[in-house]
Amino acid sequence: MSRGEHDWLDSEAGPVVRPYAVTGGRAKPVVGGFDLVAFVVNADGGTGPRHLQPEHYAILARTRVPITVAELASHLDLALGVVRVLLGDLLQQGLIEMHEPVYDQSVGPQRPDDRILKAVVNGLRSL
Amino acid sequence: MVSDRSDGHIPLAVKILIAGGFGVGKTTLVSAVSEIRPLQTEEVLTNAGVGIDDVNGVEGKTTTTVAMDFGRISINDDIVLYLFGTPGQDRFWFLWDELALGALGAVVLADTRRLTDCFPSVDYFEERNTPFLVAVNCFDGVQKHTAEAVRRALDLDPDVPVVLCDARDRRSIKGVLIALVEHVMTIKQAPALEPARRPGF
Repeated sequence: MSRGEHDWLDSEAGPVVRPYAVTGGRAKPVVGGFDLVAFVVNADGGTGPRHLQPEHYAILARTRVPITVAELASHLDLALGVVRVLLGDLLQQGLIEMHEPVYDQSVGPQRPDDRILKAVVNGLRSL
Repeated sequence: MVSDRSDGHIPLAVKILIAGGFGVGKTTLVSAVSEIRPLQTEEVLTNAGVGIDDVNGVEGKTTTTVAMDFGRISINDDIVLYLFGTPGQDRFWFLWDELALGALGAVVLADTRRLTDCFPSVDYFEERNTPFLVAVNCFDGVQKHTAEAVRRALDLDPDVPVVLCDARDRRSIKGVLIALVEHVMTIKQAPALEPARRPGF
């Protein structure tokens, strides 16, 4: 575990910049829910207007092909909560489209129908 | 501006949770079947945001990072399966709630040397009515306990499948996931509590 004299400065030590500095301290997105497996798509495939932060541009660049929130956060190496705040900014400005999975929390988890479950089983079998 | 977005086909994302005690092999399991190197996403906890989470022992520490590993399996053009490893520490329940929302089901990975480690996971899924099975990770190929013994030790309902597996082995894990989805299909026959749908009343 301990090798080198600066071993306290490994990834365990956490980021050098506080994660929510990127969002100006905002912990909640202005709009949107952003499920882990919701797909994000760049609304017009563009690079975005001038007034954005670098992280916003990084998101727009990464979402020309639909990608899930979890994968996006992972690729950008940003905390989930941070990505959600940034996505909220972009969604509010109409720069991205969200495709949230259909869960109805009032009804409880809705499982996919049998057709989908069978497709999953078949897909797994043919791996 | 790229104008053509006609290829922006959105698949259906299906989620399966991989739970179990700390260090039982959840990430290994995800790696065994994921088509991508398991990714990691992080959530940062702050004292302000989490009222009940005591960051005990670490004086002055105001943030904690929780990592969640996940992998992906493209089933076909229309369905993508995501496997999410739940955070090993029990105190991150609120993250579990998010992970469990809409999940197809869960695999509780058990290590017979530390069987009690998976009690919290079993309790959690039982309470939430999330379909799950218990997969006993037989690391060294040595089967120390029978599935039946594990079932008794965990006091599982008779319909909860218990399977033996090797978390490193792709074939083995494929089998576990298939067993889980098939289990979910059997549960669906008996509809869950849905008071709104009672024909004739």
